[in-house]
Amino acid sequence: MLLTLLVIVTIAIVRMRSLFGVIALSGVYSFLMASVLMVYDAVDVAMTEAAVGAGVSTVLLLAALHLTKAREYPQPRPAAIPLLVAVVVGIALIWATYDLPAFGIADAPIHKHVAPHYLQNALQETLVGNVVSAVLADYRGFDTFGEVIVVFTAGIGVMLLLKGRRQGRDGREGDAR
Amino acid sequence: MRLDVVLRVGVKLIIPFMLLFGLYVQLHGDYGPGGGFQAGVIVAGALIVYALIFGLDEAQRVVPRRLVEFLVPLGVLIYAGTGAFALLNGHNFLDYSVLAAHAPAGRERGILLVEAGVLVTVSSTMIALFYAFSERGR
Amino acid sequence: MGAVQNFFDHYNYIATIVLMVAGLYIVIARGNMIKKLIGLMLFQTSVYLLYIAPGKIIGGTPPVLDPNFTVYSNPLPHVLILTAIVVGVATIALGLAIVSRIHEAYGTIEEDEIFAREEQE
Repeated sequence: MLLTLLVIVTIAIVRMRSLFGVIALSGVYSFLMASVLMVYDAVDVAMTEAAVGAGVSTVLLLAALHLTKAREYPQPRPAAIPLLVAVVVGIALIWATYDLPAFGIADAPIHKHVAPHYLQNALQETLVGNVVSAVLADYRGFDTFGEVIVVFTAGIGVMLLLKGRRQGRDGREGDAR
Repeated sequence: MRLDVVLRVGVKLIIPFMLLFGLYVQLHGDYGPGGGFQAGVIVAGALIVYALIFGLDEAQRVVPRRLVEFLVPLGVLIYAGTGAFALLNGHNFLDYSVLAAHAPAGRERGILLVEAGVLVTVSSTMIALFYAFSERGR
Repeated sequence: MGAVQNFFDHYNYIATIVLMVAGLYIVIARGNMIKKLIGLMLFQTSVYLLYIAPGKIIGGTPPVLDPNFTVYSNPLPHVLILTAIVVGVATIALGLAIVSRIHEAYGTIEEDEIFAREEQE
């Protein structure tokens, strides 16, 4: 049911031309995605997606909308080839997902390799009950280190790009610092 | 009477609870859902909503730009420092068992430290992004 | 009857693929840059669903250890997708900064107008 709502919101985002409406709908989309993730038992991921998708992402999109003074874009030219490409890719992928095991059974191969080891040993080895936190910060600590560095790089990248005041096309208003 | 009285009063009431909730999510990352990333975004969100309602100058009086620029690399340093401390004591990089006498207690302490580093970097980066976009369009 | 049962077993994946294809279509078919970035966001979030859906066990609980429960959903996809979400927001922020600078340089964020202006020069 939630997934059907997600598909409806997505089709509305594709068709809508007003950028402000598209950003509002993307906030709704993030909220629905967080609900679907809760149903999938992914509580940490749902909290992060709700905070990041419906919070920070919407604020940044609205800020960019203000900076570029965009309102809505003109009627797009009819796009037959992209639609054909998208439909062909979609059909190929749907045909491929039929090879996946049915949703939710406990015998799937991914539950047999490393996950049982983490679930059984996380409490003795790290004294932390939340297995996701233990795996994120301890067993797979290198990946989290790389992620913190990515966030840091994005922060300095944006700080460098958007430093100073807005410049006219010939550089009329100079930097304010 | 200004037109945005309801917003101003409501936001003044809700911001302390947002900060408290961010701290709760951070410290309860070991026992329930939570952790550094979620808490960082919630804390940044509290400051962003303050800036949206009361203006960018007020928010920059509370958290100045210099402080944000200082905090962004500090979280990365905390994370790398924990790893380097393990390296200097003869173990592998990011091997937290050296932080205490009993190895699992050391690993729990390492997880807490590392999540604190993540909180500092994520929250200050989100605030820095917001400041960068807002000051450009002033 | 087997085909209908198969369809409903895989309905989650089919809906995820529809979201992914919609995001892909927005990226390649629309010329407005902010709309393209939103299409990229749709594509990224559908990939999160594609990773987390196989980890769910019907009858299991979230992977927080507790003495009352024995069957937990798989925690490994949660860890990978947590990283992916934060990297996604970093990418979108950087993309929006670049779009703002493009607007300052060309005065527009429509792809067609920028190409036309480039051809004139």
